[in-house]
Parts: sequence; C-alpha cells; structure tokens
Amino acid sequence: MSDNRRPGVPDGLDSLIMKIAVCVKQVPEATGQRKIDPSSKRLDRSGEGALNQYDVNAVEEALRIKEANGDQGEVVLISLGPESALDAMRKGLAMGADRAVLVSDAAAAGSDLVATSYALAQALARESADLILFGQQSNDSDGALLWAAVADRLKLPVISQAAELTIAGGKARAKRQTEFGYDVVEATLPAVVAVSDAINEPRYPSLKGIMGAKKKPQDILSLADIGAETGRAGEAGSRTEVLTLNAPPSRGSSQKIEDDGSAAEQILAFLVERKLV
Amino acid sequence: MDFTFDPDLEEIRTGVRDLCSKFPGEYWRALEPSTYPSEFVDALTQDGWLAALIPEQYGGAGLTMTAASVIMEEINASGCNSGACHAQMYTMGTILRHGSDEQKQHYLPKIASGELRLQAFGVTEPTAGSDTTKISTFAEKRADGSWLVNGQKIWTSRAEHSDLMLLLARTTPADQVEKRTDGISTFIVDMKAALTAGTMTIRPIKTLMNHATTEVFLDGVELPAEALVGVEGQGFKAILGGMNAERILIAAECIGDSRWFIEKAAAYSNEREVFGRKIGANQGVQFPIARAYAAMEAANLMRYKAAWLYEQGQAHGSEANMAKLLASEASWAAANACLDTHGGFGFAEEYDIERKFRETRLYSVAPVSNNLVLAFLGQNVLGMPRSY
Repeated sequence: MSDNRRPGVPDGLDSLIMKIAVCVKQVPEATGQRKIDPSSKRLDRSGEGALNQYDVNAVEEALRIKEANGDQGEVVLISLGPESALDAMRKGLAMGADRAVLVSDAAAAGSDLVATSYALAQALARESADLILFGQQSNDSDGALLWAAVADRLKLPVISQAAELTIAGGKARAKRQTEFGYDVVEATLPAVVAVSDAINEPRYPSLKGIMGAKKKPQDILSLADIGAETGRAGEAGSRTEVLTLNAPPSRGSSQKIEDDGSAAEQILAFLVERKLV
Repeated sequence: MDFTFDPDLEEIRTGVRDLCSKFPGEYWRALEPSTYPSEFVDALTQDGWLAALIPEQYGGAGLTMTAASVIMEEINASGCNSGACHAQMYTMGTILRHGSDEQKQHYLPKIASGELRLQAFGVTEPTAGSDTTKISTFAEKRADGSWLVNGQKIWTSRAEHSDLMLLLARTTPADQVEKRTDGISTFIVDMKAALTAGTMTIRPIKTLMNHATTEVFLDGVELPAEALVGVEGQGFKAILGGMNAERILIAAECIGDSRWFIEKAAAYSNEREVFGRKIGANQGVQFPIARAYAAMEAANLMRYKAAWLYEQGQAHGSEANMAKLLASEASWAAANACLDTHGGFGFAEEYDIERKFRETRLYSVAPVSNNLVLAFLGQNVLGMPRSY
C-alpha cells in the first residue's frame, strides 16, 4: 500500500486500513428463465434482478477482511449497468458494504468485455483501492474474464479462482483452486483477486442492514463523471459483435429408467450396446 | 387504493427468505415432536427481525405493522414456523403503549437486542377460556405496594423459552367492580426470578404440533410495585390493542402458509401423472387449489386493510379479526387442497405437508376462535343479539 494515500496514519496501522473495491453485477434471478432479446441480441434484463452469486462471495470476503482489521477501512461496491442495478447493489450494502458506485450511462449499454473493462477500470482508478475483488464469473454470461481485463488495464497483479485469501504485510496471498489441488499465489497490493464460491459462506443481510442500506451513499456516475471516452464504451467501444444467437441444442432422445431393482443391469446393457464399456 | 409494488417490502421479503433458506424442512422435521427451534429463533433475533415493531429509539427497526406482517408471512411461506417466536415481536406492544418511561427504557432495548425474551403472555386460564374477564388469577396488593400473585394459566406458549411474561390478573374481585372488564391489571413478570424462588412452575403440554405451549402455576409469586404495566384495574383494555396487532400478524402467517401450500400443490399437480395425464388436468384437483388461492388473495386484502388502519391509528378491531378469520380459513382450505393433491405422499413426513397442515390448523382456534370472531361481528358490528 502506498503511503501517500493514507497521510497521517502511523506505519503500523497503515497496513491494517484498507480500501477494498468489489466489482459486482446485477444478473437476472437465477430462478427465472433466461431470454434473449432478438433485436438487440442482448440478454433480456426486464425481470427481477439479483446480485450475482459469485459477487456475493466477493462482498462477504471484503467484509471479513475489513472486520478482521477491527472494522477499519472501507468496502465500496462498483458496477456498470442500468440504474436498476442499484437495487441489486443494495444487497451488498445491506450485508455491510459502505457505499455503492454505479456507472450508468446510455452510451455504455451493450458493452462487451473490452468496453466493460475500460469503463470499470476508469471507475476503479478514481477509487485507488488497495484491493479489488471480483466474483470469478457472472452467472448470466459466465465469461470469467473480466477481472483479467480490468487488471490488465490497471496494470495490477491478478489472482483468479481464490478459494482462500489472506491479506498481510501489504500482500494478498491466495489459494487458487486447480484441477489437482491448490496453487498458493502471492501478489503485492494493490492487486485484483477473483474469488470462487468456495472461499466463504456469505452472510445474509440483517433487518438493520437492510434498513441501513438505504441511507448509505449510492452514487450513479456517467461516463463523463469517470473520465471515460464515450467512443470507448458501449457498443461503440466493443470489439466483438454478436452475429447470431441460438437456443442450446436439444439433448436428443433420452431413455428414463425407473428403478425396479434392475436399473443397474439396464444401464449396463445400454452402455454395452453402444460399446461404451 | 394504492397497490403499487413496494421495493422496501420486497427487500424485507428477500432478507427473510435468505435467512429461512438456512432452515429447510429437514431442520423442522428433526425438531418434531416438541423441540424448540432455538437456532432459528436466535438467528431471527440476532438479525433484528423480531425487533421490527420496536421504535428505533429503543434499538428496534421501527417498522410499520405492514412490514412486520410481511416478515411473518415470509417466514411461513418459506416453510418455517413463526409460531415459535411471533410473540417476541408483538407482546412488547403493551409496554410500549401503556408502560412507564422507566419500563420502556428498561425493557425495550433488551427485548430489541434479544437479551430479554418477552414472548409469554399469561392470559387464558383453565376455567376462563375466551371469556377473559372470568380469570381468577389474583394479584393482591400489599402494604408496601408490592404484589402477591396466585393462580394458574394455561396455553401459555413459549413460557419455557421466555425471560419475561406479560401477565393478566385480577386486582379487584369481579363482584366488586362495576364493569367486569374492570379490576384486571397487567404485570410484567420476571419468570427467571419466580422460577428460582420456586413460586412459579411451568408444565409443558404436548400438542398436535410443535408449539412449546405450557400451563403455568403461580403460587405466591412476588412482584415489585413497578411490575404493574399501565393503570391498576385497566389491564384488560391495555392488552386489547396488543391482541389486535397479534391477529394482523397471525393473518399474515396464514397468508404465508397458504402461499406455501398452494405453490406446493400447484407444482405437484403439474408434475404428477396418473392415468396418463397430469393430475392438475382434473378439475377435482385443480379447482380446490384455485379456490384456496382466491380465498387467500381476498384475505390478504383484509390483512393489508387492517394493517393500514392500525398504522393510521384508526379503529381496526373488526378488520384485524376478519383478517385472522379469513386468512385462517384460506390457509386451512389451502392445506387440505395440498394434502388432497399429494394423496398418500402428503401424509409422509418428508414432504413437510403434514407438519404445515398441523401447524396452520391452530389458527382457526388461536389466538381467538373463529366462532368468537363471528360472534363479535354479529353483535358488535352488525348489532345483532349477543349469542353467547
């Protein structure tokens, strides 16, 4: 952590006071059917929105770090989206985050990964957070790339799929899930960390949290407010173009076996017939 | 009428659902037949849900009756049971409305934080059921202003899980008062002290459902002068306001139960196939569910009206009672439709239907019998002769 951001704070204490930015996204309710708007080729977001579940893990992790530091520091939520995204962000505030910053601008609509990472990086640059947390992916588009793009733009180290995170001595140390176990990765702060859902069991907001969330600062900023060029955001700033969209292919015919005691033999016969065993 | 979607209420619903998701059917089944859901109640208390109606100045959330009722509704709609703790939300209302400043300062913050549980309400007696003025538990005023209480209460729910009891006792014998509602006083009883002194005995009563109800024996319970809540002899009126709040909240619980039953029944009727088609295609299955839904929606309107009147400080007694009547009838219709739809499976514990069925049955009888609600409407609203 650079000393110039914490003037007047004694050295020892400085390592404890952190500003943590958590990038969050409003996604359609997991229970609802996902629909694509054929004209815009974008996800239809008209229904109920919710905070992306992986981001809830990221908010939880940020709050735990803050609480472990004697509740000192700040947790700020950052998002890019329509104004209604503030409703989902309020859940993060209700959990305990201190304030929310939503970049919402008609010119930012339809941003792809490149354009989104640009706008988010611009917003994050204003905050100069010591730690930037992401959920590893959103459960609407499941890209799992945004944190890498944002880290690249901010020229910060990045750790992905963190299943455990420790902050000490100006460093982030994370256990990174791999196919065969864990990598332990360390990065000097400020850094970007994308957390997996294995990292914690998120709290649910208390009634006081929900009531208090309304009173917390919630800023809606335009692209101009964050110093972003309109031409680099939204569709104009996107480098990818969706050409066509199709529903997932049907799974084909399936055979349902009711277990009357012979299910195992029937499954075996099915596999043998197809020379799979 | 304004039926605009209220985002604040929706946030409360989501919050309660999130909490309740940690207490699924398995949790409740494991408590049967008579274990108190301490973990569930602790979680609700810790997160401030049961302090919804306590003003902010005393550490509560200071929510409206509508919002408080939404909490109860959502608990029951999530498959959980508010009956274990709803009284912690409203019993304090008597202290809030009739207590002295000292009593409010002393008790309300501790009730809000959960440090003190006030969820036992000693009213009913073995020989005085709905006819509350016939209670014989007597509090005798002693020379130093303190009180000596003797008597017995029954159907005092959660007494074993409460630190305080709001107690209704005669302080003037019935034959010495002008109106039989006079001469009854309300007290706040430190149950732990009385139990330690051996002057109070609590005996659990096993019931149809897991409700932690008891009978309480008061054998020379000593209460300090400051245990009196409100004006001596005017306790009956003091508790009436609280009873109406209770009825609105319980109506909301019944709405929650109805939602749970109807959702479950409709889903199963769309899934289960018998005789080569979904059972929901049979009007004999479909119509009772649809009828229960209509009854629930109608009851819900009365529940919101009663809550609104309460919030406006207007007379709401008959609406609170009608809401409880209609909502308990709707939840019972929904419970039966759900059980019928599931056939034999509805009786199996693992579906939770039989448990919810038993739980919602209570509300046709308690906290006031539906027949007494009808009698109240007939006599007090419609001016017909007293029927009892």
